[in-house]
Amino acid sequence: MVDMVRAGDRCGEVVRVSELRTVDVAEVEAVVRKLCVEANHELREDHVAALERGRDAEESPIGREVFDRLLENARVSAAEQIAFCQDTGYAVVFLTIGQDVHFTGGSLAEAIDRGVAEGYSDGYLRASLVRSPVDRVNTGDNTPAMVHYDLVPGSGIELTLLVKGAGCDNMSALTMLTPAAGVEGMKRFVVETIEKAGPSASPPVTVGIGMGGTFDRAAVLAKRALTRNPTGSRSPDPKLADLEAELVDAINATGIGPAGFGGTVTTVAVHVEAYPTHIAAFPVAINLDCHSHRVRSVTL
Amino acid sequence: MTDLQLPLTDAAALHAGDSVTLNGTVYTARDAAHARFLEAIDAGEELPFDVSGATIYFVGPTPARPGHVIGSAGPTTASRCDAYSPALVERGLAAMIGKGRRNAEVKTSMLEHGCVYFGAIEGTAALLSQCITSAEIVAYEDLGAEAVRKLTIENFPALVVNDLHGGDLYDDGPARYRR
Repeated sequence: MVDMVRAGDRCGEVVRVSELRTVDVAEVEAVVRKLCVEANHELREDHVAALERGRDAEESPIGREVFDRLLENARVSAAEQIAFCQDTGYAVVFLTIGQDVHFTGGSLAEAIDRGVAEGYSDGYLRASLVRSPVDRVNTGDNTPAMVHYDLVPGSGIELTLLVKGAGCDNMSALTMLTPAAGVEGMKRFVVETIEKAGPSASPPVTVGIGMGGTFDRAAVLAKRALTRNPTGSRSPDPKLADLEAELVDAINATGIGPAGFGGTVTTVAVHVEAYPTHIAAFPVAINLDCHSHRVRSVTL
Repeated sequence: MTDLQLPLTDAAALHAGDSVTLNGTVYTARDAAHARFLEAIDAGEELPFDVSGATIYFVGPTPARPGHVIGSAGPTTASRCDAYSPALVERGLAAMIGKGRRNAEVKTSMLEHGCVYFGAIEGTAALLSQCITSAEIVAYEDLGAEAVRKLTIENFPALVVNDLHGGDLYDDGPARYRR
């Protein structure tokens, strides 16, 4: 539904007319429900392609076998509608909303949570969230979703769901480097983080890196970097693209390999995002995603 | 590929890096169940199953679809149970199945008491669910996915990570490919 709204008159002249788009939150709920089921059962095609490239590049026989089993698992999980991984994760939602969108029908946040609860129930997915890190009582329906909102011009809505496993999230890291430590310091921190994670992050990993901003901004950038489509594509910024290629090489030189059993492919994708930062700062956040890299996006 | 029956009869014959298939009974347990095992031990109570000679699989499966034995069931990170495992290994736990490194204390305890650690692949959870032919909850049902389940597994693929001779696949494997 589209309403024409006169934003204001001055001396009888209309100074701005914007189109207000009305969206019922039930639409968002339905989309979230659908994406939770799809993302947990079917790897995105570009990620399957990234795994296939990884298999072809892998030199270790055990490593190649791990890739073959991951690809077979992807076929079986889609065909049989069994979750690709038993850790059906946090439901991380990136919601980019045009500022001319008006949501009706109740709370948007609650609608997203209803979508998660329905998707996880309908899809036979594991409820993995506890209501507090202290008392650790399971919420029973995998809510709440971890939602990041961005407000942009226009009336579009883009929703990306990242199903984020905890094993690899646990192995993620953030540091506040000095400007003097620079890009070399950042590269060392990335390799140290991968070494420390070893097999626990379930390699081959997808690596999301957020550089710049503040402590919190870097972490969100890193998480969002994981969702880049296609997996393994390069940043449009040539300097970042070169850095990504260098990091892929440095990470694969660790020898950790598929499942940590040893091999030449420890990562299938490094995505780096950068943001303006302070003259005194060089925040670096590294978010790891395991071989079960589950992402789905939709435009509403 | 070596076909092994659980409980293991000749654990000393296994070496880090051996590719095996496991058959027999395993018990599932992860963080919350292990915390309760230790509470039971501290309180002088019986554990929900006899750990002597048993195998623990670190897993919290997804709910089973109607007509299925179990849902998706791949290994979770074993190191989160490092604080608890030595107490079970000392009581005769014979094998563990999980993913990721164990700490020095666990490895020392495993060598001392003869416990083997197998690594499985988390991203094959749907395939692994097809290797599970029976599942029943035996304790802590209130923990949901974290409840202790008795599973029968058949042709369950794994690799020997920590053997009884000090071998560690997570050291040896990567060392061969490090540049």
